[in-house]
Amino acid sequence: MIALTVDKLSFAYGSKQALDNVSFSVASGECAILLGPNGAGKSTLFSLITRLYDSREGQIALCGFNLKQHSRQALAKLGVVFQQTTLDPDLSVTQNLRYHAALHGIGSKAADIRIQDELERLNMFERRHEKVRQLNGGHKRRVEIARALLHKPSLLLLDEPTVGLDMPSREAIVSHVHDLVRHQQLAVLWATHLIDEIAADDSVILLHRGKIQAQGQLPALLANSGCDNVEHLFKHYTQGVGR
Amino acid sequence: MNLLHYGLAMRGIVGRELLRFLHQRERFVSALVRPLVWLFVFAAGFRAALGIAISPPYETYILYEVYITPGLIGMIQLFNGMQSSLSMVYDREMGSMRMLMVCPLPRWFLLISKLIAGTAVSILQAYAFLGIAWLYDIRAPLMGYVWILPALLLSGLMLGALGLLLSSLIRQLENFAGVMNFVIFPVFFMSTALYPLWKIKESSEWLYWLAQYNPFSQAVELIRFALYQQFNQFGFLTTAIAFVLFMSLAILGYNPSRGMMVRKGGGGE
Repeated sequence: MIALTVDKLSFAYGSKQALDNVSFSVASGECAILLGPNGAGKSTLFSLITRLYDSREGQIALCGFNLKQHSRQALAKLGVVFQQTTLDPDLSVTQNLRYHAALHGIGSKAADIRIQDELERLNMFERRHEKVRQLNGGHKRRVEIARALLHKPSLLLLDEPTVGLDMPSREAIVSHVHDLVRHQQLAVLWATHLIDEIAADDSVILLHRGKIQAQGQLPALLANSGCDNVEHLFKHYTQGVGR
Repeated sequence: MNLLHYGLAMRGIVGRELLRFLHQRERFVSALVRPLVWLFVFAAGFRAALGIAISPPYETYILYEVYITPGLIGMIQLFNGMQSSLSMVYDREMGSMRMLMVCPLPRWFLLISKLIAGTAVSILQAYAFLGIAWLYDIRAPLMGYVWILPALLLSGLMLGALGLLLSSLIRQLENFAGVMNFVIFPVFFMSTALYPLWKIKESSEWLYWLAQYNPFSQAVELIRFALYQQFNQFGFLTTAIAFVLFMSLAILGYNPSRGMMVRKGGGGE
């Protein structure tokens, strides 16, 4: 099943074109890495997919639901981890998650069961009563991932979730997300500029200056471009190296 | 999507705001200190300088402290409305507002839920202030404390909606401080919070008209009359119309297709 379809999407801030005719899709059980340097248009794309604002050109559909016409059904399928922490630091882990569950119409009892499940999977259950302010960056991210999965979405959006984290925390998050893709058939769109987070079986969407420069399975992209690694591939499309 | 979902979401949003309020004791204290300083210091000083003639809803001569008490309740709600919107600008910059906007409910409903949450907090603050005023011997009839509740609800909603509208127009937190000065001070001082209308008319005709049609004035009058178990129709209508107007514009401002956020961009890339 196709979890996310972006079709001929363009967006401009006034006269500044942020996205230009962007099209791609992400299927269930696929981890798509949205790769691009700062200013590529990744955050704009995420703002449009999360319907912070609407595009005038192009279409976005989540699990077949058009985001403009059936926004509530579409957004119900979506879990998001934004680049900046969006937890309330003055509330406990559980209070933050219960709040999110309520926003998704999950009752208290069901919410508590799901909170326990998700926190246990991320080894955070014992910290459930701690205030978010007391957690380190890696643990906050785990809680945010637990929150994003609480309502059992079909598509998980991750906007540079590992920025600023130490290596063990980054590895734990990368590994957990890939497990979700393999075992739960979750579709993931992961924006990053950290190329070491890409697994060999991930698909890559390379965005630069608002346009998709290349997309496909990583081995095929490497073969087609003549590059021998992701770093070289990234430079090839964003800096013209190797052209 | 059903009514239960709406109910759970509203309970979640209001509950979160109340939890935050309970956890942030300094916010509660600072919200009370401001009007109490006005009551204990400013009003005590002005008592001798400013005579208050008998005018509705008062049936006898009153102390200046008694006169400004409804105005100070309005001040609490005005500041709370602005603080809520400040937190929304902050939330939007920091991202937690985005989490709210991503949930599968209509945006107007989310905004109204946020508004109700902020109003609930402002009502708690107003009653705490009235309790302290009671101890200071500034007392209204007992039933007045019940009558005032719907008035506080409407005025809180109106002032909160004004804050929401402002937060939809402002992109960055830094801009908000200026707007606070350009909104709070004019709105508060060009009102009947500190001086009765007839007193304002004695000194300036144009100021009198501004104060008369200032929605904040009418919210204060609504509260003042309710505290003495009277209904101020003009105050009610003006406050209700201002609420509908501000709320509609705020919903438009947060509309993903038409709002200011679209034109100004979400930051980032």
